[in-house]
Amino acid sequence: MKGTTVPTVIFTRQLERFVAAPTVEVAGATLGEVLDAVFSENPALRGYVLDDQGALRPHVAVFVDGRPAADRTGLTDAVGPDDEIYVFQALSGG
Amino acid sequence: MSDRLYVGTRKGLFEITRRPGVWDIADVHFLGDPVTAVLARRNVVHAALDLGHFGAKLWRRDGTEAWREIAVPAFPPKPEDAGDDPHPWTLGKIWNLTPGGADGRLWAGTMPGGLFRSDDLGESWSLIETLWRMPERRKWFGVAGGEQPGISTVLVDPRDSADIRVGVSCAGVWASTDSGATWRNINKGMDNEYMPPEQRGDPMTQDIHQLAHCTASPDVVWCQHHSAVYRSEDAGENWRQLKAARPSAFGFAVAAHPHDPKTAWFVPADKDERRVPVDGKVVVSRTRDGGESFQVLSRGLPQRHAYDLVHRHALAVDDSGERLAFGSTSGGLWISEDGGESWTGLDARLPPVAAVRFAVT
Repeated sequence: MKGTTVPTVIFTRQLERFVAAPTVEVAGATLGEVLDAVFSENPALRGYVLDDQGALRPHVAVFVDGRPAADRTGLTDAVGPDDEIYVFQALSGG
Repeated sequence: MSDRLYVGTRKGLFEITRRPGVWDIADVHFLGDPVTAVLARRNVVHAALDLGHFGAKLWRRDGTEAWREIAVPAFPPKPEDAGDDPHPWTLGKIWNLTPGGADGRLWAGTMPGGLFRSDDLGESWSLIETLWRMPERRKWFGVAGGEQPGISTVLVDPRDSADIRVGVSCAGVWASTDSGATWRNINKGMDNEYMPPEQRGDPMTQDIHQLAHCTASPDVVWCQHHSAVYRSEDAGENWRQLKAARPSAFGFAVAAHPHDPKTAWFVPADKDERRVPVDGKVVVSRTRDGGESFQVLSRGLPQRHAYDLVHRHALAVDDSGERLAFGSTSGGLWISEDGGESWTGLDARLPPVAAVRFAVT
């Protein structure tokens, strides 16, 4: 992106059945800032990832630079400019 | 008389239509996704999904247009001083959708016990804050294997759309005569046998599985309670236990005849620990005399080793009172065109059924 480096956010393909969820590159220094940037461009996606209080949904898994997000309610995990953020579903049966 | 039926299941929404004498699946929507509530009125269909990982969603279809995702009811930010609230301020699932009488109005009863209103057919929703912020609401308790209470029924008086009753599992019946501005716990005369003795008669501990009223005489309300079957003649203020209910008093679903205040249908089950049909026979129990006596209707229903359970919203009657349908946790679906005297099973093995609704024109 124009010579600058910003985090990349990659969503599970499972979401495509319901809502557009393309891979995006957006600026932000914390997980919350990055996700806010994603959802400001794509508001329909917010409710699939976050609950009413803005926390990660219990069965949504988020990895920041290979580590599971530590702060699932405040979304304060630091995000580096080269980081990849993966948003996908925790396993469940049925 | 309705010729169209919507069946919400664990794995999709099934649209079932009647061609001369035969009901069959005409279309399948949301295949693979859990559907928790459905409403079909005047060519508009609403379907509530519970996507598990990705939360509760609401979709709407107008006529033959494509389905469109619309707003979902949402709880406001949880205040700092609500830290000891036992219930989450986050939508669990939409448990029922009810027409509100007024133009464009819908009510959504949800887990964890929030009641929401829309005045634009679901494009936007507002939480009924007076009910949610009531201190007593924190005493409501959970059902269905979950920790969350749920609003299982919303009754809107056809004579006055501001007059509503909600049935809560578990917290009794709550009434508002001002569109939800103020609330009162009603339901005297019920007894919840699984509670400690001193709390059994407390109106607020009553486990209201489902309520149904007679459209033509809306003061007549029927209740399938956890412990018994009840009838009220004063819009839910006072209840009389119907001790003649058979083959058992346990069940989840009730349907009220739209015109005859003395007729209602139930789908009983062996209470409470087993929750399967009594003796492995699927039956519908009907009263036509206000609950003095009940007929056990079984013609066309499985009578040998059948373990179908019918949940709260999975029994429906159409606006004629002649056509009924119910679906089971084993994926059975049966339809009657003669007020329940005889039933025909759909030739299909559906996913577990959560909600059955006739389309209303």
